[in-house]
Amino acid sequence: MTGQVHSFQSMGTLDGPGVRFVVFLQGCPLRCAYCHNPDTWEPGGGMAITTDEVLARISRFIPYIQPGGGVTLSGGEPLVQAGFTAEILRGCKALNLHTALDTSGSVLTAEVIETAALADLILLDIKFTTEEDYRHYTGGSLQTVLKFMQAMRERRKPLWVRQVIVPGINDAEEHIRQLYELIKDYPFVQKVELLPFHKLCLEKYQALKLPFPLEQVPAARPERVKYLESLLKHMLG
Amino acid sequence: MYFDAWNGFAAGQWHNEIDVRGFIQANYTPYYGSEDFLQPSTGRTNRLMERLRSLLKLEQEYGGVLDIDTTTVSSLTSYPAGYLDKNEELIVGLQTNRPLKRGVNPFGGIRMARAACEAYGYKLSDKIEDEFLYRTTHNDGVYRVYTDEMKRTKKCGIITGLPDAYGRGRIIGDYRRVALYGVDALIAQKQKDKARVGESLYDDKNIKLSEELFQQLNFLGMLKEMAQLYGYDISKPAATAREAVQWTYFAYLAAIKEQNGAAMSLGRVSTFFDIYMERDIRSGTLTEQGAQELFDEFVMKLRMARHLRTPEYNELFGGDPMWITESLGGMGEDGRPLVTKSSYRMLHTLYNLGAAPEPNLTVLWSNSLPEPFKRYCAKVSIDTDSIQYENDDLMRPIYGDDYGIACCVSAMKIGKQMQFFGARCNAAKLLLLSLNGGRDENTGLQVGPELPVVEAQPLNYDAVLKRLEVYKAWLCKLYVSTMNVIHYMHDKYAYEKLQMALHDTEVERFMAFGVAGLSVLADSLSAIKYAKVTPVKDERGLITGFTTEGDYPQYGNDDNRVDSIAVEFVKGFHQELTKTPAYRGAIHTLSVLTITSNVVYGKKTGATPDGRKKGEPFAPGANPMHNRDKNGALASLNSVAKLPYESCRDGISCTFSVTPATLGHSREEQVANLTAVLGGYFAQNAHHINVNVLDKSKLMEAYEHPERYPNLTIRVSGYAVNFHKLSREQQREVISRTFHESL
Repeated sequence: MTGQVHSFQSMGTLDGPGVRFVVFLQGCPLRCAYCHNPDTWEPGGGMAITTDEVLARISRFIPYIQPGGGVTLSGGEPLVQAGFTAEILRGCKALNLHTALDTSGSVLTAEVIETAALADLILLDIKFTTEEDYRHYTGGSLQTVLKFMQAMRERRKPLWVRQVIVPGINDAEEHIRQLYELIKDYPFVQKVELLPFHKLCLEKYQALKLPFPLEQVPAARPERVKYLESLLKHMLG
Repeated sequence: MYFDAWNGFAAGQWHNEIDVRGFIQANYTPYYGSEDFLQPSTGRTNRLMERLRSLLKLEQEYGGVLDIDTTTVSSLTSYPAGYLDKNEELIVGLQTNRPLKRGVNPFGGIRMARAACEAYGYKLSDKIEDEFLYRTTHNDGVYRVYTDEMKRTKKCGIITGLPDAYGRGRIIGDYRRVALYGVDALIAQKQKDKARVGESLYDDKNIKLSEELFQQLNFLGMLKEMAQLYGYDISKPAATAREAVQWTYFAYLAAIKEQNGAAMSLGRVSTFFDIYMERDIRSGTLTEQGAQELFDEFVMKLRMARHLRTPEYNELFGGDPMWITESLGGMGEDGRPLVTKSSYRMLHTLYNLGAAPEPNLTVLWSNSLPEPFKRYCAKVSIDTDSIQYENDDLMRPIYGDDYGIACCVSAMKIGKQMQFFGARCNAAKLLLLSLNGGRDENTGLQVGPELPVVEAQPLNYDAVLKRLEVYKAWLCKLYVSTMNVIHYMHDKYAYEKLQMALHDTEVERFMAFGVAGLSVLADSLSAIKYAKVTPVKDERGLITGFTTEGDYPQYGNDDNRVDSIAVEFVKGFHQELTKTPAYRGAIHTLSVLTITSNVVYGKKTGATPDGRKKGEPFAPGANPMHNRDKNGALASLNSVAKLPYESCRDGISCTFSVTPATLGHSREEQVANLTAVLGGYFAQNAHHINVNVLDKSKLMEAYEHPERYPNLTIRVSGYAVNFHKLSREQQREVISRTFHESL
């Protein structure tokens, strides 16, 4: 099967446990205001590549990723190409590799759920915690994400919850409380990671001749993000 | 043989013959635990280190050289005893009579010695000048027989860094023998060997060997005299851990007094010392703190070793290096790790004394090493950027389990093998020379065999390869011949008497060739094959530029289309070298290593078809060109890992720089991930890696404000340097390298 891939990162250490081979898939239904990969939005962009080729590449890195690491499918939104993603996940299983799916949970079909269920770990980016903010800053719906979570819960999938913290938008303690409310009943949350908003993507936007909506917003202070993360961890106990 | 000093050691064949490995195997205690037992530096160490730091600062303020003795020719007994602090030091011995004062060693070449003195505002004394009027140096000898072609080839820079004006180095004496057996036993053995040689057919080979043995014996005697100057009798074996360190250090010290070799490596002493330390700790005469103190002081002494070099030499081998390489860890042939507590103690000196380039700590990595040791090494890398790793699983089957690394990446059995060092040739320039029909693109000189300059139309890959074959054959033959000249003369006029006295009499020899610019060559050939490359000629009719249209696969992305070009080139080059016999029956080996000379090589090379501009630095060693690796760090490592060690037995160097955040969020994650990266790389039969974990911004700050970062140490190709000791040009090149980061 052929799909569209944006790029590969052979040494990912930030998207799941251990050293990971990361496949960035092309295409995303959201348009997050702070997106740092606008070049992954268009579903037809990137390079056309078969799952066999992707798996052949992955297998070149088994010696590094087998002990404690694995493969992460990211994007874009990897669930936009659910069939393609599913085949890669199955291939990784056959290679005995741990898999993680880095998703926003904002696509929801039966096929998507079956695909996501193939991954060993879901890295769920819950971008905003109210329907209003979610719609405003991403163009998607929080309701979809919550339904996705419910589906993953039924399948007992371990979850890493992530969120980008943007100054003045979701960096109040109130936002963290809301996030806590959304995840507190999910029994398999293994980790929460709050990530500071940064503007290193500015050049990409300029190259694509796109306006960067948050150009005027300052980067998040790492100490603030650390504090909020500790707060969330404290609430989760 | 039996000595009281051996009480408490398990006996073995090592009693009956010189066999340090046998002693180690019979007596060492592998250590499987963590670093928890390590102790901080003692007050004594701190006081000595304080004194040394102030001297190092002064040395820096004086422009890199603190003082030169211009009236004494450096040798084992030519200086009185010198001390850092006579009342405090546990381990004694300096190269000259004062710390950091450099001696003059003109045996390699008087011109080099003279120029080096002048570069730092000194004048070589008339006494030495007069003395050497009537002496032939190694350099004199070489130039008596260099052919015109050899001189031309050197001049255009296709072969650079040849040891024809300085000591060749890269020979590791088995300094441990002095501690284990005492000098008298070594003398007795060499006398026996000499008698035996005398009884065999006395042809030129054996007469030469016999004369060398005479010189070795002479220098073993001088070694004892040198120790006497410090009040030690080293004719008998060392009886305590402190003596074992002291005896070994005396032997090493004698070597660096005698020779100003390019790389004066130490070997593999830590686990050897450990046996003595364990014995003393068992008997209650040594504590853990005392053991660490011995390591700290020993390392402090090594950090004071200096040679006098010219600025031109430093351009090639930047940072005033000595390559006091100490190999650590590795596995034994019986499956026990050679990791001991002392492997940890040696690494721990980087914390107790602070990070530094010397000694050049080299971890012999095996995927079977105890996990706590692997993790400790990764932690030390992240904290200090001061260690390198080489693949024990790849080398052990060839060299056994008592080999050491000379210089950066050259493996040899300690005391049983040696090498003839041969710098490197410029592969990228070879391509340009081929296209230009043997003429140098810079000077226009006809250097190689004459052919018409290639037409200025899109290059045909097969035709280019065919031409490259012609010039490769020419260069390889010339390269071997040039090396034969150099090493014949070095043996004749600057023979390493003391170091060879600490080898078996019958040694195996390697002749170590090298290539620089491998990634430029591979990418250039890939561009010719997969894109459209059209040469551009200048007014002389020589090709000095290229227009390259279209994309082409680049080395460093785990892409076989181009990686195989690099692989085939090194295989073919090595094959070609072996066609010309090497001096003294040496085995031809090849390295892909540049040290810091990738800057100078780049400077001397015109524009290349891969888009590299004229004069731009090459990537170091076997690294991909800067910022051409587009699939992350591991894809880049995979490309390097493909280069076959069997064709590159003198080593394949890779320098890996990564920001801390890219390795993981927490320190714990970073350590675990770096361990996994090293394991994965070496599992694919890769040979060597330098690891730097630091932010580029730190280097940029150190470039602007060197005074704020006196101890910033980074790994370059095969060794480590103080960043501030590099030339500005070398610093810029290091900054421009790929720092793997993910956002």
